[in-house]
Amino acid sequence: MRPFTYERATDLGQAVREASQTPGARFLAGGTNLLDLMKLEIERPQHLIDVSRLPLAGVEDADGGLRIGAMATNSQVAGDRRVREHYPVLTQAIVSGASGQLRNKATTGGNLLQRTRCPYFYDTTKPCNKRTPGAGCAALEGVSRETAILGASTACIAVHPSDMAVALVALGADVETQTPAGDTRRFPLMELHRLPGETPHIETHLIPGELITAVVLPPPPPGGQIYRKARDRASYATAHASIAIAGGQVALGGLAHKPWRAVTAEAALAAGASPTEAMTAELADASVGELNAFKVPLTTRLFAAAVQEISGEAA
Amino acid sequence: MLTTITVNGEARSLDLDPRTTLLDALREHLLLTGTKKGCDHGQCGACTVLVNGVRINACLSLAVAHDGDEVTTIEGLGTPEHLHPMQQAFLTHDAYQCGYCTPGQICSAVGMLREVEAGLPSHATRDVRADAVLDGEEIRERMSGNICRCSAYPQIVAAIAAVAEAES
Ligand SMILES: Cc1cc2nc3c(=O)[nH]c(=O)nc-3n(C[C@H](O)[C@H](O)[C@H](O)COP(=O)(O)OP(=O)(O)OC[C@H]3O[C@@H](n4cnc5c(N)ncnc54)[C@H](O)[C@@H]3O)c2cc1C
Ligand code: SF4
Ligand code: FES
Ligand code: FES
Repeated sequence: MRPFTYERATDLGQAVREASQTPGARFLAGGTNLLDLMKLEIERPQHLIDVSRLPLAGVEDADGGLRIGAMATNSQVAGDRRVREHYPVLTQAIVSGASGQLRNKATTGGNLLQRTRCPYFYDTTKPCNKRTPGAGCAALEGVSRETAILGASTACIAVHPSDMAVALVALGADVETQTPAGDTRRFPLMELHRLPGETPHIETHLIPGELITAVVLPPPPPGGQIYRKARDRASYATAHASIAIAGGQVALGGLAHKPWRAVTAEAALAAGASPTEAMTAELADASVGELNAFKVPLTTRLFAAAVQEISGEAA
Repeated sequence: MLTTITVNGEARSLDLDPRTTLLDALREHLLLTGTKKGCDHGQCGACTVLVNGVRINACLSLAVAHDGDEVTTIEGLGTPEHLHPMQQAFLTHDAYQCGYCTPGQICSAVGMLREVEAGLPSHATRDVRADAVLDGEEIRERMSGNICRCSAYPQIVAAIAAVAEAES
């Protein structure tokens, strides 16, 4: 690990000011992703601002919905009575990710901003445009099934690994932030992450030093909710594909550089299409290679099974 | 950087390079080598300890970030003369072979039972609105963050189930 200096933030305004003014500064929340990558020297911050003890860990009622503080741990959110009762898709998504120990440490903000688990991003002997812009992408010719079929570019075919974010996108959540200038911003979570394009190293629309302070859930949508995830092991593995349904809203995980809101499938379903027809329409433009082509039928079947399970539940 | 952590009930002050993980602070600085390093990347659970009663991976945590925290390691759960019920159950059920994963398994199991008591659902919980019933499937899912290379899983599950039953 490269040397760095460490400070524990006690004040929100000061934390964002310092993050934008100190060269090489990064926020540290749970550390379960950042420290992993620092050990491999894929991340090389010069200064860590530990934001984990800022008073942003509460889950509060807000306008018929919930306001989840960015420092609330994944376990805390998954176990919250109101989340379990009114947003079960969120609990299901969180507990399908990582392990019990990791979820106890991982935070809401850190989970959203975790980086890809593309094996070539982790392999520092191979070129990767995310690690070194312009170096090339080893995954394009590589041996990996963990690649995107939606929204990818010739510069990067990595997927975003978060399960929690997929449920939040289906629920239509907003993100709240504090900018280095001291302003509060609020925008749809769907607009937080970027597609790779020519600049896969720029992963979000946040400005440098901007801190996520909360995720805001609207009132629960009418209708059933469910999260389904397909992976190589029964537990403790990231998704090949995952589906979150919240009422009429559908989001997909493991398929793109960001959690993917399936608007085409939503519209088709609403117009009376079968789940298989709806997901086939959503994935009509999927770009697949030999190794990840399985994701199209997998996602389609996963969706059909999920819709069936919800209808069964409602019946 | 001066850091004070209460480890197994005793306040310990250390002057640490900020790069030191909690795992290395325990093993290399405090010579508490019960906690094991398997992968050092959050993938195996061998380093599991309890921080303020909650199980975490000590390898993915900076020691300086735990200033003021209370850490319990396998050495603090029980002693050879007075074993913690979970330690005794692992002996009774022969829940290990090489023993390398065992301290992490035991700390993890102790933390896991507290999570069940607090009502935390898992991926094996069919209805997350209701409180989970701790059957074998639930134990396996909740313990999936602890890998056992010797594959003592059936005995590990039996040991944990026995403690859970005795506690209820
Ligand atoms: C073995 C393993 C398996 C895993 N499996 C899964 C899985 O199946 N599904 C899944 O979803 N995840 C999985 N994860 C990832 C895990 O969920 C993330 O590591 C975790 O959610 C990150 O949260 P954190 O608080 O620890 O983030 P940190 O590591 O502290 O931070 C991550 C990034 O976010 C930035 N950051 C943190 N908080 C904020 C904030 N409030 N505002 C602005 N920037 C911020 C940091 O600077 C850093 O760049 C796995 C991880 C491991 C190690
Ligand atoms: S897919 Fe993206 S993350 Fe993976 S090697 Fe290519 S550029 Fe890097
Ligand atoms: S050593 Fe920490 S999880 Fe493997
Ligand atoms: S007993 Fe050998 S790794 Fe578990």
